[in-house]
Amino acid sequence: MNVPQNLRYNSSHEWVLLEGDIATVGISDHAQEELTDVVFVELPPVGKSVDVGDPTAVVESVKAASDIYAPVSGEVVEVNNEVEANPALVNTDPYGKGWIFKLKLKNPAQVEALLDASGYEALIG
Amino acid sequence: MPVSTIQSTPLENLHVRLGARMVPFAGWNMPVQYTSIMDEHAAVRGATGIFDISHMGQFLVSGPGALEWLNKMLANNVAKLGDGQGQYSFLLNEAGGVIDDLIVYRTGDSDFFLVVNASMIDEDFAWMAKHQPADVELRNESALWAGMAVQGPDSAAAFAKACPGQTLPPRNGIVRFPVEGGDAVVCRTGYTGEDGFEFFCPAEKGEAWFEKFIESGAKACGLGARDTLRLEMCYPLNGSDLSPERTPIEAGLGFFVDLEKGDFIGRDTLAKQKADGPAQKLVALEYTDKGAPPRSHYPLEDAAGNVISELSSGVLSPSLGKGIAMAYVPAALSKLGTELFVDVRGRKFPAKVVKKPFYKPAAAKA
Repeated sequence: MNVPQNLRYNSSHEWVLLEGDIATVGISDHAQEELTDVVFVELPPVGKSVDVGDPTAVVESVKAASDIYAPVSGEVVEVNNEVEANPALVNTDPYGKGWIFKLKLKNPAQVEALLDASGYEALIG
Repeated sequence: MPVSTIQSTPLENLHVRLGARMVPFAGWNMPVQYTSIMDEHAAVRGATGIFDISHMGQFLVSGPGALEWLNKMLANNVAKLGDGQGQYSFLLNEAGGVIDDLIVYRTGDSDFFLVVNASMIDEDFAWMAKHQPADVELRNESALWAGMAVQGPDSAAAFAKACPGQTLPPRNGIVRFPVEGGDAVVCRTGYTGEDGFEFFCPAEKGEAWFEKFIESGAKACGLGARDTLRLEMCYPLNGSDLSPERTPIEAGLGFFVDLEKGDFIGRDTLAKQKADGPAQKLVALEYTDKGAPPRSHYPLEDAAGNVISELSSGVLSPSLGKGIAMAYVPAALSKLGTELFVDVRGRKFPAKVVKKPFYKPAAAKA
């Protein structure tokens, strides 16, 4: 299972890449494998303000719709329109082209509350 | 059914060994998928898949009064069946509502084999036993049989490999032949629209047969693919598209009802609906564009934004790459081409009423 060291993780299987005060969010390799064929991604509107734990996007497989929760609080500053057009990117490149949305952080300290790679590996192990 | 009474099929351990993801369905612990629903769906449309259907029920009906009695209990005309033939039919309540949909096979002059839905075994049996006359024997053999559905354009080849020297029955037919540990019953039917058969064998031999069909070219498939395949064909799922509050006429399944054969339970309502036209009809809806997959219970709206119904079934069709669904709508909105809107978390996706089925399998195209 691919769990990149440079990312932080939520127990609900979102990953966060922190660059300055911008957090890029996607779902983990483990999560995409559990969901299998992703057929639809519903993106949040840019400009939307979300609190940590808010359902912010929806990833749908053939069988079920799964909420993607905001791992940190912030404002949605960018969304990945490519996964809307090609949802399978979430399966094929979950940490790269399969990213879902970017948040401008409200409270950078919240990132510290997320799991690091070894913590997430232990969770899914 | 309470979760505490969840049941296991004779194939449960094999599913786990094959890496299936297991889920509770209709009171049974069943495989929803092994690899992916898309792969399994494609295997059945393009080659062959195999599904565990051991959870389904088998009833034996026999005795001098069996034919006459079944014709009072079931909506289709059992008298049309010759020895070795089967037909799709319904067990109805007094109001014409569907208790269960099933297949009845004639295996002798006065002998019948019924295959009923897993969730309805107890209810069907109790309903039938309540109406059972003295000259008819009714037996529930559901626990004795393992069952598997082998489906797809290559299914006949898989049968030939796994059962050398045996012949598949014709479409809707049934054959019985001895195998190790008892008999096998093979029915040329299925729930996918593809050529295929349902294979029943003694419960303790189920694992070996399932593995034998896999070795003969069938890919193990779960309930996820079973649902996408059957919905592409507009085959109803009891409990979703059929219910005690809906009749086969409303469901658009009048072809499987014989109003001319004489009286049967539920006939009066059906005859009236047939004559007057049903107030509501089960329609097939196809998204006009890409959109969030439709799912059962999502609200359905008319062009003015009034909620007129909810989806009875819905899925993203792997074959069409589009949302497909069924719903009961007022007759006035059931015409082909009518535009309706599926409400997915507040977003409205346009869908048109289309002709059933959504998909024509290779077997039907040939």
